[in-house]
Parts: sequence; C-alpha cells; structure tokens
Amino acid sequence: MSNTHSQEPGVRITNLHTRPMNVRMETKNLTVTYGETIGVDNISIPIENKKVTALIGPSGCGKSTFLRALNRMHDLTRAARVSGEVLLDGEDIYAPDVNPVLIRRKIGMVFQKPTPFPTMSIFDNVVAGLKLVGIRDKKNLKETCERALTNAALFNEVKDRLGDPGVSLSGGQQQRLSIARALAVDPEVLLMDEPTSSLDPQATSRIEELIHTLKDQVTIVVITHNMQQAARVSDRTAFFFEGSLVEMGETQSLFTNPREKRTEEYITGRFG
Amino acid sequence: MARNDQQADSQMDLKKSPSALYHWLGDRIFSSLSVTLGITIILLALGMAWVLFAEGAAALREFGFFGFLTGTTWDPAVQLQFGTWPFLFGTLITSGAALAISIFPAIAVAIFSAEYAPRWLSAIIDNLVQLIAAIPSVVIGIWGIFVLAPWLRDTIYMPVYLWAEASMPALLPLLGNPIGYGMATATIVLSLMIVPYTTALTKDAIRSVPVAQREASRALGATRWEVIRMAVLPYARSGIMAGAILSLGRAIGETMAVAMLIGNKNTLPFSIFGAGATMPSVIVNEFREAVENLHVSSLMAIGFVLFILALVINLIAAYITRKLSISGGQTI
Amino acid sequence: MEVLLVITTILVILPLLIIIYHVVTNGISALNWDLFTEELGSPSRAMQGRPTGLIHTMFGTLVVDFLALAIAVPVGIGAGIMLAEYPEHKLNPLLRIMNDTLNGMPAILKGLFAFALIVKPMGTFSGFAGGVALSFVMIPIIARTTESALMSIPWTIREAGLAIGLPRWRVVLSTVVPAAKTGLVTGILIGFARAAGEAAPLLFTSFGNNYLPNSWIGFLLNPVDTLPQRLYSLAISPYAEWHSMGWAAAIVLLGFVICCFIAARFATREKFNVS
Repeated sequence: MSNTHSQEPGVRITNLHTRPMNVRMETKNLTVTYGETIGVDNISIPIENKKVTALIGPSGCGKSTFLRALNRMHDLTRAARVSGEVLLDGEDIYAPDVNPVLIRRKIGMVFQKPTPFPTMSIFDNVVAGLKLVGIRDKKNLKETCERALTNAALFNEVKDRLGDPGVSLSGGQQQRLSIARALAVDPEVLLMDEPTSSLDPQATSRIEELIHTLKDQVTIVVITHNMQQAARVSDRTAFFFEGSLVEMGETQSLFTNPREKRTEEYITGRFG
Repeated sequence: MARNDQQADSQMDLKKSPSALYHWLGDRIFSSLSVTLGITIILLALGMAWVLFAEGAAALREFGFFGFLTGTTWDPAVQLQFGTWPFLFGTLITSGAALAISIFPAIAVAIFSAEYAPRWLSAIIDNLVQLIAAIPSVVIGIWGIFVLAPWLRDTIYMPVYLWAEASMPALLPLLGNPIGYGMATATIVLSLMIVPYTTALTKDAIRSVPVAQREASRALGATRWEVIRMAVLPYARSGIMAGAILSLGRAIGETMAVAMLIGNKNTLPFSIFGAGATMPSVIVNEFREAVENLHVSSLMAIGFVLFILALVINLIAAYITRKLSISGGQTI
Repeated sequence: MEVLLVITTILVILPLLIIIYHVVTNGISALNWDLFTEELGSPSRAMQGRPTGLIHTMFGTLVVDFLALAIAVPVGIGAGIMLAEYPEHKLNPLLRIMNDTLNGMPAILKGLFAFALIVKPMGTFSGFAGGVALSFVMIPIIARTTESALMSIPWTIREAGLAIGLPRWRVVLSTVVPAAKTGLVTGILIGFARAAGEAAPLLFTSFGNNYLPNSWIGFLLNPVDTLPQRLYSLAISPYAEWHSMGWAAAIVLLGFVICCFIAARFATREKFNVS
C-alpha cells in the first residue's frame, strides 16, 4: 500500500493507513473549487460506520469545505463547483436524479455557533425538521422530541420548560438543542463543524461525552481545531493541509506514530 | 469639542496670534451655524404641531375635541356644523383596506427579489418598485381619472352592480353608485402607491437575517421556500411589520390621487363603489374656497388630527422595531 | 411557490408600466410649442382654440422650487452636519426624532403650516409661501441624507485633518464634505425630486395663477402657478382641452421626476465599484 503523497495533479494516492471494514460514506476524487481557488483537492477517504471520524488541520486547510460537500451544502453557493463522488451506502449523493433536500435529512449537520431559531420554543426547535417531512401528529412529535432531547443529553434540564424560547438556554444547552434538532429527523450520519469552539470547557466536555454515546446510533464526522479533542473523541482522524489530505488513520496511531512529517509538525504544534 | 476648546483657550492665553483666533472663531461660528440650523428643524417640527393646534383651536373649542372627532355632520353651508368622523372613517377604511390589499404582494415581491431573483433582475425589480413611490401623486391622479376609473367602472363596478341589481338587491346600498370615482377606486390606487414602503423594509429585514440561520434550516433538509418560511421570515418579522406600519402612515397622508378619485362626498354612510372622503381629501377640496373662520379652523383642526394620527403610527412603528427586533434595534 | 412569487411581482410592476405608458402616449400627443410660450388665460381661450399654454406654470415652478432649494439646502445640510460632525451634542437625539417626525408628516400638513405662517400674515397667496412650504418637504430628507453621507466617511479622515493642525471647521469643509459630495448631492436631488412632485402644499400657498405676473418680483409676492398644482386643476376641470393640457403637464412632470430618479440611482451606484 502506497504511503507517499504525490504532488502530481491527477495522480493522487490517498494516504490511508488502513481501510476500515464497515464503510458508511466514502468520497472519491472529491474536489471543490470556488472560481479560481481550490478549496478541496481530490480527496478520496472512507467514513467508517458508527464511528467518529475527526478532521483536523490548520485554518483554511479545507476541512470545512470538505465537510459541507458531504451534505451538499455547496449547492447553495453560486460560485462553488463540486466534482467527484460522495457515496452514502454506495450511492453517489451528487447523482443527477438525487434530491439534495432528502440527502440533508439523512446527513445532518451541526454548526460551530449554536443556531436555535429565535422565534421558536425549545419544543418547536427540536421538531422543526420533523415538520418539514410532514409529521404533524402531536403524539409523534412529543415522543420524538423527548427522544431527541434525551439523546442529546438535554432532556432533564429542559423537560419542564419545553415551551420556553430556544434562545433562553445557555450556549452549551443551545448547542445540545441544535444537536437534538439534527437528531430528531433520525439521520444516518451527523456532521459536526467545530461543535465546541464557541463553548466553555464544561459545556465542551458534555458535548464530547455526548459524541461518545451518540456514535452507537449515528456515524459522526467532526471537525475540530483542538487536537486533544480529536484524540479524545474520535476513532479515526484525517489530517488536511491546504486542501489536500495529508494522512488518515486510526486516531491512536496517527497521533502517536504519524507517518508524514507535516502531520507530526502539526500535531506537535510546530505550525497551525 | 470640549477638548478643542480647552486647547484653543490655552493657546489663546499663551499667544493671541491670528491663527489661534482663526481656529477658535472659525470653529465657534461654524458650530453655532450648524446648531442653529439643526435647531431650526426642531422648531419647525414643534412649530407645525403648535400651529395646527392653534389654528384649529377655535373649532375644537366650539365642538369639544371628542365632539369634533366623532361628529358626523359636516355642513359648511347651512348649519356651520363640523364633525370629522366621516373623514376619519374614510381615512381609516381606505388606508386599512389599502394595507390589507398590498401587504402580501409587497412582501412577496421583496422575497422574490431577495431570495430568488438573480442579481441583475433583483436590481431592476427594486428600482421599478421604488419608482412607484417616486411618481407624483397628481400624475397617478390624472391617470386614475381618465384611465383607471372608467376601466374599473366598465370592467368591474357596473357588472357587479347589475348582477346585484338582478340577483341580490339587498347588496345595492352597500355597493353604492358605480360611476368609477369612489372609495374602491381610491383604495385600489392607494394600495399600489404604498407597496414600495413595505417592500423596501421587508427586503432590508430579509437581507439582515444571518446566514447561520439559513444554513441551519437548510441542513435540516428544508427546500428554499421552507428555509424562507422557517428561518428567514420569522427572524425578519419586526422589519416586515415596521414596513407595513410605515405604509399605513403614508396611506393616511396620501392626498392628491385620493382627492382626485374618491368622489368627495362629505356625509356618511359611504359605500364600496360610491363616493367618500378622507381627511386629506376634504382639506384639499374645501380649503381654497373656505370663507367662514370656523370652516377654516375646522379644516386646520382636521390637519391637527391627521398630525396626531401620523405621529402615533410612526411611534408604533419605532416601538415595534425595538421590541420585536431580534438583533436589537435595526434602524428604519 | 416561486411561480406564485413571479406572478405577484409582475402584477405589482405592471400598473407602473401601464401608468407610464398612458402618460407618455397621452402626453406626447398633447405637447406643442404653445405650451412653452403662452399663458393659460381663461377656459374660453382653450375652448375657442386660441393659443394657450403653461409658460407661466413653468416659470412659477422654477421660481418656487429653487426658492425651496435655497432655503432647504442650508438648513438640511447644516442639520446634517450637526448630527454627523458633532455627535456628542446634547440636542442630537431630539433633533433626530424631530427630523424623522417631520419626514413622516403628510405634505399637506406642511402646506397648512406654511399657510398659517406666511400666507396669513402676508395677506395673500404667494410664490414665496409656496417655496417655504416645499422647503418643509425637502428639509428632513436633505438632513437625513446629509447625515448618512457624512457618517459614511470614516472618522480617520477627520483625525488626519486635525492632526495636521486644521481647525475642526476646516476639517469638515475641506476634507469630509468633498469626500461625501456624491452622497450630499444625491440627497439634495432626492429631496428636490420629492418636493417638485408635491401639489398639496402648493394649493394653499402659491395657490395658482392663470397668467404671468407683471414683474419678476410678482413671482414671489403674488399667487403663482406651479406644475403639480396646475396639473390637478386641469385634470379636475370640466374642459376637454384642459384635460389634454393636463396630460402634457403630466408628461413634463413625470419626465423630470424620472430623470432625477435615474440620476440619483446612477450616482449611488458609481460609489460602489463592487456591485
């Protein structure tokens, strides 16, 4: 298996330590460009089922761009061009007959800053996605809301005030609310873009615990700029640099025994 | 400013040189001039309120404020009785109906321009809509008199009236005289004229909704319209409401087109097609010919009532903007 | 949903185009040289086919509008400077409220105000009163746009001026105002176009006149004809010949307003090179 990182365009070999057994999502030659700028260059990596995959790398290395390609969020950006394939259970989500709206129900996303809808209550926030699918049955909504909030480790704190505005919660709670909202539609994959960047240490560790319990239900891909966090929560880690994949492997071995010099430099804090 | 004065004063103490004087005197004159001109505006606003009240005081004293406001008889000829209620009613009905007719189309145009149209088309639409507001009221008035009113009469009023005459004669008093110049025509024209105000503020409010809100909504699997309904419009609602209230404020003050199309009947009851009047329209129609002091004073008093109404509406708009705004006080 | 929005947009814009179409077609056919050379006179002139026109209206409009400008520009810009350049001044919050209030008041009330303020003491309707009334319409607009234009100039420019020893007033006049001149002129243009289209305030102040005044000063001291007010009178008159003159007046007024509109849009677009 090749471990070298070729610089030649068109001939890129993913620097992959090992290929996981159970692949849920996979990218093949995924490239995202904005006009003249290359955001993400020819990435082919697998995402393992019911595991946490972390994406790390310095600012601007393309990890956010990559993540957003996984749920077709670039469709909304006029200047963005996506090429290559992104497979969910073997099917390319960018195929011409695929409805991106349905994809986003299967592949959910949580953002860096919690974004509860300010005019909605906690309950309405959680079930917002369900209403989009047409589920109106009150009993159904209530049960799903309770389940989602429980899975997001928020239920006990808010169960008596589901009617309160979503924005009345603390930052950490709001983020768990956002997670609950994403979970309520029962996605198969959950993408998380630096979910704890704007939170205090306590809230951060709660979210990290949550990620740990969630992975039994959902495949998770999480971006983090905090390497200790990546080491704590993830099973596999991919290191990005300037739009390309440098190295990807099991978290433990990547951190203790990186194969690429650049990975080692980043991990030991020599740059980034 | 204070610091400059101190500096300048100490400069003056050290050396009374001409340049220090140039600084100090120049600044003093300049700032005094600006402030004077600024104060002029304050005086104008207060003056206008005062003058309208003072000129209308005779009428208000004669009939009592509430008596004047609610009196239904407006008779400059025989009784010299002046009650404003018909005109207040006419203003409220035409403006309210115009708002009701125009609000959803205006919001729809703003949504289309902000969320769906490509940039070049958006610019064209915005400019055309703002052009509506720029057209002088008298121009719309003359068009209304010679084009719109006859068309409405022939296409809508007469057919409806004839139908009612045949099938539902009880409706006739409500419909009124379908000659084309009346409440309905004035209201229709008014609703067109106030669209730009709602549209402009709605578009501003929509554009200020943070991208994060839209993305969160999209990530849940919402279509473009669902994003607008779920994340954009609720967030923008204070701006939208402010736009609507601003439109209402413009509607109550709209004078020329209404005066030219409303038919000018001073006595209640008004009917849908039939003639009516609003506060501005009666002032336009009668002021130039008013001879009796009480008549003039009454018209001035109507002006005062209009002033109060416009003021209240503007205050409500400002209040709504502050109370409901999510990002805390977007300025109109 | 998008289809519904498109249809609605078309329904909203269509009336505008229809109005412009009718004004242009009716107006063009009514335009003739007499319009710009003859006075109106009595209705019989038009009915008998004798030469009749609106030259007195055109002159009256120019006099009244420019008088209004002469009053409103200093006041509006002065107030705008007060708001923008002396933000610490205690009266500013009050000024802003009063200006916004004035801005939101129907123009007819400004006409009534000018009537009581000028016409009553003078004992006669006059071009002067009309100019004052229109200035009340222009002032709040110019004050608001001036403040906005001056505030858009970064404070660092003022600091740079002060740092080289200019007094505050020179800083404003020599550095800030020139930098903001597009915005200032645009604001004046917008205020002017607004006021030039108003008829209601003029009905009770300049009142109207079917003839040219005997002397130039007559424009200021006697009742004077202006385009919007004359348009109103012609439209509601019972004479068909006057109706067609009304369309001519309408196309002149509309043409003027559209030119100001385009000029204002053009000026503000040029400021931002990235669209």
